[in-house]
Amino acid sequence: MLVAEQLSCGRNGRAVLEGVSLQLLPGEVLGVLGANGAGKSTLLATLAGEIAPLAGQLHLAAKPLLHIAAETLARSRTVLPQSPSLSFDLGVREIVAAGAYPFPELSPRELETLLARTLALADATAFTARRYLALSGGEQQRVQFARVLTQALAGKVVGEYRVLMLDEPTANLDPRHQLLLLRTVSALAKSEGLAVLVVLHDVNLAAQWCDRLLLLADGGVAALGSPDEVLIPPVLQAVYGVAATVLPHPASAARRLVLFG
Amino acid sequence: MSSPTTPALTIASSPLQLPRGLIVLLALLAVLILLVLVSSASGAVRIPFAELPRLLFGTPTSDEELLWRNVLLEVRLPRVALAVVAGAGLTLTGAAIQALFRNPLAEPGLIGISSGGALGAVAAIVLGAPAMIWLAPAAFLGSVVATSLCYHIGKRQQGVGGLLLTGVAINVVCGSLIGLFTYLADDNQLRSLTFWNMGSLAGATWSSLAFLAPWTLGLCLLLLRQWRALNALLLGEREAQHLGFAMKPVRRKLVLLVALIVGPLVAATGVIGFVGLVVPHLVRLTLGADHRWLLPNAMVAGAIALTLADWLARVAVIPAELPIGIVTSLIGGPFFLWLLARRAF
Repeated sequence: MLVAEQLSCGRNGRAVLEGVSLQLLPGEVLGVLGANGAGKSTLLATLAGEIAPLAGQLHLAAKPLLHIAAETLARSRTVLPQSPSLSFDLGVREIVAAGAYPFPELSPRELETLLARTLALADATAFTARRYLALSGGEQQRVQFARVLTQALAGKVVGEYRVLMLDEPTANLDPRHQLLLLRTVSALAKSEGLAVLVVLHDVNLAAQWCDRLLLLADGGVAALGSPDEVLIPPVLQAVYGVAATVLPHPASAARRLVLFG
Repeated sequence: MSSPTTPALTIASSPLQLPRGLIVLLALLAVLILLVLVSSASGAVRIPFAELPRLLFGTPTSDEELLWRNVLLEVRLPRVALAVVAGAGLTLTGAAIQALFRNPLAEPGLIGISSGGALGAVAAIVLGAPAMIWLAPAAFLGSVVATSLCYHIGKRQQGVGGLLLTGVAINVVCGSLIGLFTYLADDNQLRSLTFWNMGSLAGATWSSLAFLAPWTLGLCLLLLRQWRALNALLLGEREAQHLGFAMKPVRRKLVLLVALIVGPLVAATGVIGFVGLVVPHLVRLTLGADHRWLLPNAMVAGAIALTLADWLARVAVIPAELPIGIVTSLIGGPFFLWLLARRAF
């Protein structure tokens, strides 16, 4: 399990966030919300092992994260960064297959089965044979999603801990694919026991699909808890700096609907 | 995104169907073998094509056949073999450097290997090296020093930009020192300088190939095995790191392999430009950027390109010959311009 205690994160020695303590539990989707510049991506990069924490403890399976070799870490931690790019034109299939690079032990047959599954999960099967750079932004995003699903599911045995980190995965997607992506993430967390951390901008999407929410403000944690507990006007005002109204959702009374302004 | 329990579909390609990259690779190998035969038969001394097998494997029965056999074995074949080895090495390293820098305009020259080697050789000539035999180690030393310098200064900067800028700076330093040496050189030395600067395969001997060929091809095999890391690099340095390729060791390994391949080649042939730049680009246009197939195909295509250039250099102005670097630049330069004009990078 990935566990952070009293974590300070930042780049070049300047802390953006302080005192973050959290656990990424298997089977749970943790949403990260915050205004622009609140430190969401910095937190994700720190938890992913890309940048060293400035202070505090960060452990994966009781080992300090920074002591785990890159190729070992890649077998249990998967990241979808914001706005991924590509320098030369690769085929869609090769990009999705790159997700299996940390698992050279997979047979070609196992790889084919896995790719067919993850391409279908990301609704990218239709452009398997196309070139990546010929796709639209939203289609590229779905291909990248298929790639990280490949890495998160490759050779996974039941009960094995895997963590999937997504940085604004819905940014380029139309509403239907935003819903499909988060539904897939949520369903995989339950069925495969994946631990998921997802940075989102849309509070209502987060309320619908995340089990717990982490709200960042003023260089620290503003709230951490279930959507019902944390999506309340004073917290939202502190996080986003605008007045917020919280209503029961017209489609499902158990859910919150947040309106700003 | 259907539900996670969607049954697995099978993707089109059946296991029996050969990958396109493999088919192209086999075709290129066939072309290379044919070209090697044609090239060894032609030149100032024309050898009948049909006689090749008998000359290679039989015993000569006349004075003419003895001459042909000597030309073939002692002059042509080592030279063609050097063209194959140098073409393969320069192009493979070009493809790898382009992926490492994620820039289609990159080539080994960019990080100082070629100009370092040139500086080493030019310095040896002008400072009065007693014999041509000193050129090779001097060039090798120059490339290795320039590349290590480039790497050690470049790695202090974040990302690949630092390495690239350092390479540019080192090229400027080497270029100006070469200019200074050229200015100081006397007439005799100037002739050697020109000859060396333009590149040449004329110095090929079996004894130099006995080291160069296994060295280059062995290191090329090691570089071919890095195809996953190079593919991951195309996705970005962060993404490569996420996929388990720790960037610092991967960069160090790639730069070292490239320097170890190109250094001795520059020492043996002088500066042969454009092969490492244009050929990988052309293969990428044809086959796509998947390094699993791009790398071996670029290697064979590079061997073809340099063998072809060497053949042209020898048959264009019989009985004289053109410096091969001039031929590769004459063909490569306009061709590159045409590529640039035809489609945006």
